[in-house]
Amino acid sequence: MKASIVLLLPLALWLGSCGPDGPKRLPVLGEHQVSAAGDTIYYTLPPFRFRNQDSAEVTAATFAGKVYVADFFFTTCPDICPKMKDQMLRVYERFGANDSVLLLSHTINPRHDTVGVLREFSQALGISSAKWHMVTGDPDSIFYMARQYMISAMPDEQAPGGFLHSGAFILVDPAGRIRGYYDGTDPEKVDELMRDIPILLHEARPQ
Amino acid sequence: MKPARSRTRALLAFGWPLALLGLLLLLRWGMDGGNTAGRKLYERECQSCHLENGQGLRGWIPPVAGADYVQERGAELACLIVHGISDTLTVNGRRYAQPMPGVQKPLTPNEIAALINYLKTAWGKQGAPVSAPDVARALEQCP
Repeated sequence: MKASIVLLLPLALWLGSCGPDGPKRLPVLGEHQVSAAGDTIYYTLPPFRFRNQDSAEVTAATFAGKVYVADFFFTTCPDICPKMKDQMLRVYERFGANDSVLLLSHTINPRHDTVGVLREFSQALGISSAKWHMVTGDPDSIFYMARQYMISAMPDEQAPGGFLHSGAFILVDPAGRIRGYYDGTDPEKVDELMRDIPILLHEARPQ
Repeated sequence: MKPARSRTRALLAFGWPLALLGLLLLLRWGMDGGNTAGRKLYERECQSCHLENGQGLRGWIPPVAGADYVQERGAELACLIVHGISDTLTVNGRRYAQPMPGVQKPLTPNEIAALINYLKTAWGKQGAPVSAPDVARALEQCP
């Protein structure tokens, strides 16, 4: 009896290390509601409408059925943005060939970051607007969306460059649900994001 | 005899932590060429834009590592560091148009020299070192 426990314990530990549900799954973040029928209704991002660096309209439909990474920045930001953009370039390069992955960077200084400035910025970075949308629009709509992504972004005279904002990269699934937050200034957290994206891609594939 | 032995014991007791500290300092020195002041200033004043590896942001913020601009200039870099720049500048054949703010806190010529020398050594040697008097002179002639 004792011998069998000794033999089974390592096996149980080994099986347990795979997790009870098999491979890693990402949580669905945000407040859940329960419908009258008893179904869970997950938090999904509301519709939006912005313009990207090509002056093309970008809406939630642009990202429907895609896994995307969103963030908030501004081109003249002197503190964390260069690092965030340097890290987002890594994500861009890693998933460049995968049409199911898109990137969405919102400027929080739309008065300065017009379509023209964003075009200049994306040309400097050498990125394609089909993959990485850099969007501008009405400031209220941008700050509203930041709140919907549940991150902080607001004008603040005390902050470097005049805006206070989070350096988070937000991972969104094809159904518009938030699945993860990653510190976009930390290469290790961005590694984690790049490991999590394939999990969502796999999940989205019809079983 | 006895005092000599206790001296040896004291040396053994306190000597090895001192030796360890010395070794650590030496390692640290090896990493930034002894220019800790320059490294700290870089981290405080430059790193958020030019990044830890000195590469800047592709096409938008110029590199300081492997930059002909840094290599070809000496103490006159002080003007750029102190006053910033709003004109375009060309680094390694590429034009950059983003304005750069000057340093946030006033720096002494000594500190500026340490910073310039850090830029010139941190990622491989990039031109001759500068001295604090060179910097003070250059600052008087800023455009």
